Amino acid sequence: MRDVAIIGIGCTTFGEKWEASFRDLFVEAGSLALADAELAGEHIDAMYVGNMSAGRFIEQEHIGALIADYAGLSTRHIPSTRVEAACASGGLAFRQAVIAVASGMEDIVVAAGVEKMTDVGTGASVDTLAGAADREWEGFMGATFPGLYAMIATDYMHRYPLTREQLAMVAVKNHRNGAKNPIAQFRSEITLETVLSSALVADPLRLFDCSPITDGAAAVILAPLERAREFTDTPVKVLATAQASDTIALHDRRDISCLDATVVAGERAFAMARLPRGKIDFMEVHDCFTIAEICAIEDLGFCKKGEAGRLTEEGVTALNGDLPVNTSGGLKACGHPVGATGIKQVCEIVQQLRGEAGARQVDGEIGLTHNVGGTGATVVVHILGVT
Amino acid sequence: MSVARFWRKIPQRYNLVGTRCESCGRHYFPPRSFCPDCRRGGKIVEYRFPGTGKVVTYTVIRSASEQFENITPYVLAIIQLDEGPRLTSQVVAKPDEVAVGTRVRSVFRRIMADGDSGVIHYGTKFVPVK
Repeated sequence: MRDVAIIGIGCTTFGEKWEASFRDLFVEAGSLALADAELAGEHIDAMYVGNMSAGRFIEQEHIGALIADYAGLSTRHIPSTRVEAACASGGLAFRQAVIAVASGMEDIVVAAGVEKMTDVGTGASVDTLAGAADREWEGFMGATFPGLYAMIATDYMHRYPLTREQLAMVAVKNHRNGAKNPIAQFRSEITLETVLSSALVADPLRLFDCSPITDGAAAVILAPLERAREFTDTPVKVLATAQASDTIALHDRRDISCLDATVVAGERAFAMARLPRGKIDFMEVHDCFTIAEICAIEDLGFCKKGEAGRLTEEGVTALNGDLPVNTSGGLKACGHPVGATGIKQVCEIVQQLRGEAGARQVDGEIGLTHNVGGTGATVVVHILGVT
Repeated sequence: MSVARFWRKIPQRYNLVGTRCESCGRHYFPPRSFCPDCRRGGKIVEYRFPGTGKVVTYTVIRSASEQFENITPYVLAIIQLDEGPRLTSQVVAKPDEVAVGTRVRSVFRRIMADGDSGVIHYGTKFVPVK
């Protein structure tokens, strides 16, 4: 297997982008990534695109070919593949691209993610997102996506000493980071009071515990590490790629409050990178809801179950803490265009490793991404480092 | 949801019909054709759950998808049936009448309708046992 490096990144701003179509979004992200790598389209050998549900959000399927076409590559006939694993689609597209380069099958590969969510109303998008869980045995009974994570929160708070305030501190921290991120959907800081007085969505989760509905796209370009310096002076090496699955329905899990797929994907990633947890300098985790960030920190093995709330309160996960988490603002403040999120996480880690993260820059040489599909039925973990 | 898609699950949705493995005694809901523990050594038979169990975890849904908007707020819960399997359903009760561990029993209720003129879907919800 060959070593793989990231040689270019590009990301649109995230938000309710009424003026931008699905096609506009991925063309912009792809162009930014190509410019960053100082490449032209004709250098690209293959593309993998993470997208959860263009079929329901914009009534368009066949996204792989569409993207290659509008990227101006139809005459080159490159293989272009859509990858879907709900909210983990982006992370999984990145993993497929890494595998393609590592195997020797392809050299220069684009991994992209895109989601255009605001062309349908809120009710329709809530229903579409519920398809990330078990439609037949959860969605049919009135389960919403926030509702499922709320049931994780209820179980967690019944068993462990997590306070409602500690949960809110996750959102406050991520908004503080997002305020420093030019691409973030929400660029204003919030207070504990903002979270605690916001409307209940699914008890105990309130509006400010939830990631928003977002339009956006992100793209990265991969190359064999041995060729990376042809394109960039600052290649970032992929130290590990790992993926795990679990039951589609939350009620069938071994433990409601522990995402076993996160535990297993994390263990596989650390084994592949041959690194202890202590070597991770910062990470982007899947905080679709505040409780999800708490679970992610624990299930990835950075502390015992029940301790992540206290770590958050003590500032360990803040920008100036020992383990900054979600320096981009996370899904909560940067926004969550579901198929693009996993790629945006990679973009953020690369920016941090290159020292290009501006006001939110933290020190470090190794970062981790953690991307979750559904309530934990798919988890993708990557470890990235400077070379 | 199309009529056929709903209709083919009526035994499960109306009457909690699952399966039981006679080799190891484990119960399954929804039904399984193979016991994951015993595989080919298992003997699967139909089993109708009486519908008693307890609340494992719950929430109150205040913002729902379109089909459920008219019944918000409602209590959504993961329920563990006394035989072991867990399922997601609604508990017909006020939020303060439900807690982790609350004993419940199944009831036949309207779940949702496909618009004003579409099919009305029925199924199993739960109520607290006084």
